[in-house]
Amino acid sequence: MEKKTALWIYQKMNEIRFFEEQVRRIFGKGLIPGFVHLYAGEEAVATGVMAQLEDSDYITSTHRGHGHAIAKGCDINGMMAEIMGKKDGLGGGKGGSMHVADIDKGMLGANGIVGGGFGLAAGAALSIKTLGNDNVAVCFFGDGASNEGTFHEGLNLASILDLPVIFVCENNQFGEGTPFRYASASETVAERASAYNMPGVRVDGMDVEAVYKATEEAIERAKAGKGPTLIECDTYRQYGHFEGDEQKYKSEDDPNRDRDPIIEFRGKAVENGWITKEEADSIESAAEKTIEDAVAFAEVSPLPDESSLYKDVFA
Amino acid sequence: MAERKISFMNAITESMDMAMEKDDRVILIGTDVAGGAEVDHLIQDDVYEDAFGGVFGLSKGLVGKYGRERVIDTPIAEHGYFSAAVGAAATGLRPISELMFNDFIGFALDPILNQGAKMRYMFGGKAKIPLTVRTVHGAGVGAAAQHSQTLYGMFGSIPGVKVVVPSNPYDAKGLMLAAIEEDNLIVFSEDKSIYGMKGEVPEEYYTVEIGKASVTKEGKDLTIVAIGKMVHVALEVAEGLEKDGVSIEVVDLRTVAPWDEETVLESVKKTGRLIVIDEANPHNNTATDVASVVADKAFDYLDGPIKTVCAPDTPVPFAANLEKAYIPDANKVLKVAEELIFDLKKE
Ligand SMILES: Cc1ncc(C[n+]2csc(CCOP(=O)(O)OP(=O)(O)O)c2C)c(N)n1
Repeated sequence: MEKKTALWIYQKMNEIRFFEEQVRRIFGKGLIPGFVHLYAGEEAVATGVMAQLEDSDYITSTHRGHGHAIAKGCDINGMMAEIMGKKDGLGGGKGGSMHVADIDKGMLGANGIVGGGFGLAAGAALSIKTLGNDNVAVCFFGDGASNEGTFHEGLNLASILDLPVIFVCENNQFGEGTPFRYASASETVAERASAYNMPGVRVDGMDVEAVYKATEEAIERAKAGKGPTLIECDTYRQYGHFEGDEQKYKSEDDPNRDRDPIIEFRGKAVENGWITKEEADSIESAAEKTIEDAVAFAEVSPLPDESSLYKDVFA
Repeated sequence: MAERKISFMNAITESMDMAMEKDDRVILIGTDVAGGAEVDHLIQDDVYEDAFGGVFGLSKGLVGKYGRERVIDTPIAEHGYFSAAVGAAATGLRPISELMFNDFIGFALDPILNQGAKMRYMFGGKAKIPLTVRTVHGAGVGAAAQHSQTLYGMFGSIPGVKVVVPSNPYDAKGLMLAAIEEDNLIVFSEDKSIYGMKGEVPEEYYTVEIGKASVTKEGKDLTIVAIGKMVHVALEVAEGLEKDGVSIEVVDLRTVAPWDEETVLESVKKTGRLIVIDEANPHNNTATDVASVVADKAFDYLDGPIKTVCAPDTPVPFAANLEKAYIPDANKVLKVAEELIFDLKKE
């Protein structure tokens, strides 16, 4: 991996983690309406994929979308303000945590509807293909979402049309409190790809490099006009499904439970000489500061003007 | 005798429990209605502990009592398990199928719209669909555009579907038990922001008649028809106006489809004035339906225009101040009421 890439990945991983820790803290203080789903623990997936993308590539995200948004380059101050329902939020405070989006960055939105992204990503890929652009669309989805009918419809459609789309499953083993092994008749999500005549690969989702490489191959294939790829990343969420979840369904021996993708990447990156310890340290403190600044920014941002309630229903 | 007070949500849990106790054919099916399926440490001496008991905790304890055969966790596959619930209802079971938020109906609509609601009619009266769809509507908890909508009116526009919206714990229990007893497809829609509300609920089994509104408060000058949480807004308005010497009658619709024309018309004929409060978006909703029927059937009794107070024609916003501006409240109703009752107020 190039030094530049490793530095970027390590920075984004840290920004995501600090972001989620701060969201957790301020949610606990009652400063965030509604509910939040934290991405902590799954940073290797968002950063490993996004390290291969450009602003002009598209992604669809999930209810657990803060990590995708940060890695796709969404403005962090705007994200924090959005999550707090403030005027300077990316969506003017009208969307919130589950709807963080910035279409100019190719981020087609976190999504409150589980399984809502399969077709949207296929559609973005259809635009890319029809307009002759050299881009891809990536659909992030959870293991739970893989059991919605939309999974089947989206993958099948993308495959028959040879669309440049990559379906990235974040298999953190649970959909809310329901284990994947119970909810899915197939042992893996990846093996279902063969039914749609596309490659299905399963990678260690705690290992950024593995995600990064699998994404590279999938992009090559997509851009060569060979159609979609399904990548399943095995991972784990550090916290509950939402903040406040008792997590009674988790157990000591859940795989990946004791792993931290950020610590692992730091070790590997330093060992391979991609980044130095000093660089890693300074990335960490800079990321922490970036997020603290975002909270300060969001806290002083005003509430949206009441008139904005009626705006943007139509173009 | 002083009655026991329990919360709106506990009343619903209790009613499901009683119905399951009474009839083995009643099953509960939905995403995480128990939670933690096949997690070893949640099974002790063959008794299951739930990990969630529904995301709002309304089915807590039921899996321990009735087992995983009757409290069925599904994959996140609303179309699949709603279809299965309709199929099971047509063939001998009496399912309660949970749609976690009514907003997710996008994935589960066909089983209701084209299958469950029409089978009996298309099959010459030979099928029964004893299915209760439990779902959750309403803004007010910061859940944003895809988790806060009020869609009971949309369900209510489908022939073959009855829709019940309780406003208090007593009705919640009685209407739920009535819904489960019925051989029809009933959508039981709960406002999540009144889950904690407490009220008197008898311990025994009882039903509240589906299709019957209740006059929550009698009055003679103005009728306010309200649905679910909005009944409490109506009562607040009534209390305020009473001080000005205006007497308000509050009608809790309870069933929004088919709604109780008789009770509403009778009230309007008495008062001559009508406001309908509905948290749904303002067009093609229950309030506009009530207004049109009253305009048709009680026109001669009206002393002023029929008013509706609804959410604006926008998605539900996230920011706390915008969400507050979105939801109908007492101030908004009072503003509208002024136009109808200015001549009645005592100086
Ligand atoms: C259509 C729909 N059904 C159900 C839900 C409620 N819900 C939100 S997140 C979630 C679990 C999703 O699990 P998974 O896809 O594995 O993602 P994870 O939360 O593990 O990241 C559920 C059931 C929803 N938001 N949308």
